[in-house]
Amino acid sequence: MTASVLFDAQGPRAKRRNVLYTVVFLAALAAVVWWLYVSLDEKHQLDWVKWEPFFTSFQPWETYLWPGLLNTLKAAFFALLIALPLGALFGIGRLSDHRAVRVPSGILVEFFRAIPVLILMITANAAYSEFTDIASDVRPLYAVVTGLVLYNASVLAEIVRAGILSLPQGQTDAAKAIGMRKGQTMRYVLLPQSVTAMLPAIVSQIVVILKDTALGGAILTFPELLASVRPMSANYGANTIACFTIIALVYIAVNFALTSFASWLEARLRRGKKSTGAVVGTAPGAASKSSRLPRPSPRARPTPDGPSMIRPRGAPAHLPCPPPRVSVT
Amino acid sequence: MFDFLEGYDLLGAFWVTVKLTVYSALGSLLWGTLLAGMRVGPVPLMRGFGTAYVNIVRNIPLTVIIVFSSLGLFQTLQVTLGGGDDFEVINFRLAVLSLALYTAAFVCEALRSGINTVPTGQAEAARALGLSFTQVLRLVILPQAFRSVVNPLANVLIALTKNTTVAAAIGVAEAAFLMKDMIEAEAQLILISAIFAFGFICLTLPTGLLLGWVSKKVAVKR
Repeated sequence: MTASVLFDAQGPRAKRRNVLYTVVFLAALAAVVWWLYVSLDEKHQLDWVKWEPFFTSFQPWETYLWPGLLNTLKAAFFALLIALPLGALFGIGRLSDHRAVRVPSGILVEFFRAIPVLILMITANAAYSEFTDIASDVRPLYAVVTGLVLYNASVLAEIVRAGILSLPQGQTDAAKAIGMRKGQTMRYVLLPQSVTAMLPAIVSQIVVILKDTALGGAILTFPELLASVRPMSANYGANTIACFTIIALVYIAVNFALTSFASWLEARLRRGKKSTGAVVGTAPGAASKSSRLPRPSPRARPTPDGPSMIRPRGAPAHLPCPPPRVSVT
Repeated sequence: MFDFLEGYDLLGAFWVTVKLTVYSALGSLLWGTLLAGMRVGPVPLMRGFGTAYVNIVRNIPLTVIIVFSSLGLFQTLQVTLGGGDDFEVINFRLAVLSLALYTAAFVCEALRSGINTVPTGQAEAARALGLSFTQVLRLVILPQAFRSVVNPLANVLIALTKNTTVAAAIGVAEAAFLMKDMIEAEAQLILISAIFAFGFICLTLPTGLLLGWVSKKVAVKR
């Protein structure tokens, strides 16, 4: 087992005690699992008939799950595609020297960050049906994408801002020293470098976007992955539990791949000698923490790099304990 | 201009939002702290459980969890959480349970990063005094960790406040649910949206400002 600074190396008594804790915890877990098993069995949710369609035929996958997942991915993709440039625009806008640009961008970003995505989606849906003639079968997709874009563009704006601010002041100074103008400094010096710093946070934000598409399925009749549960369980004999298990696994697989990619990227960028080593952490609030201060110190690293409590003792000191990779939603 | 508001319980709906937020915040704080304790503790099984829990829960959409609590837990398994036959009470409790279980994963991760900011010397000194793991955690590490994570926790709380709207998916009569009703019944789309947006800003902005101030107050100066 890895040594931790939080507890001593274990002697015989501590080991015995740990075995006891393990047994007690195992018993508690077993009790929960047993309760689940009994109550599922009572309602015949564990009958093979209810699970069998997913394993013996392609039909549920072809008819419900794959089209649903495709819609989920489609909405997330469009949302990201539109939100990224918008986010970059407002993120840079917030750093502008001109009050007339800085203040409105700040207000817009803070406004859309403070409102639930669902409210934005419902409003967009109603607005599209009232003011435009978008066909009603694609309207939910438009509404979901609009809601996601408005919210995530403002979050991405904060990520972009934090990414640019995470670069050492020397970069700007050097650009100024060789006579670059503000736009040039941003385009040739700051943005290219900060993109690498922002990548992990952006990838984590994709997970948030993906998860939020499910709102469209639950409230706006957008035919995505979650919405496929109802027709599926109606078709295969009320196998609600089986359906939910399968779609949860699909979500976990997709999102876990993205989250792992984000951590790998972050660890790699932190180690890398080529970049400045600055990384916008994906820890909760790492990107938004800076927004509470009027102008965060440019040198401030968003995640603590000090000696770590959780780092295994053998781990090299220059490798900070990977901070938790989560984006808050 | 605001005549159409008659007959709608706007404050009542936001009060449900506040209640959802407060109950699930308390629940997730408790469960999240326990999870964080498990994840840094000496028992391998608990560490594994904590890690698995966090990785599973934060990769499932909250909407899926909440809809499952209604379709799966309540309608299929008949879990009523002591709500009797009152659908409103049952749905409310299911929503609180789902929100708390979901948010706990984020609280756990925030706390774990907070534990990381406490200098190693603190834990070493505590152990040198002969404190056990639970004592080290309870008396030395967590009090300092909590003080350094007020800001991340505030962000989690704000996200939670906004996430309570998802409870509309299972018919809890909170703000987003009322808003959907009103938009369908009244021809005042922009105004209605503005009112609800304003309501949420009134909830989230002061929380952020207040806890931002608190975090500066209680931060451990090192």
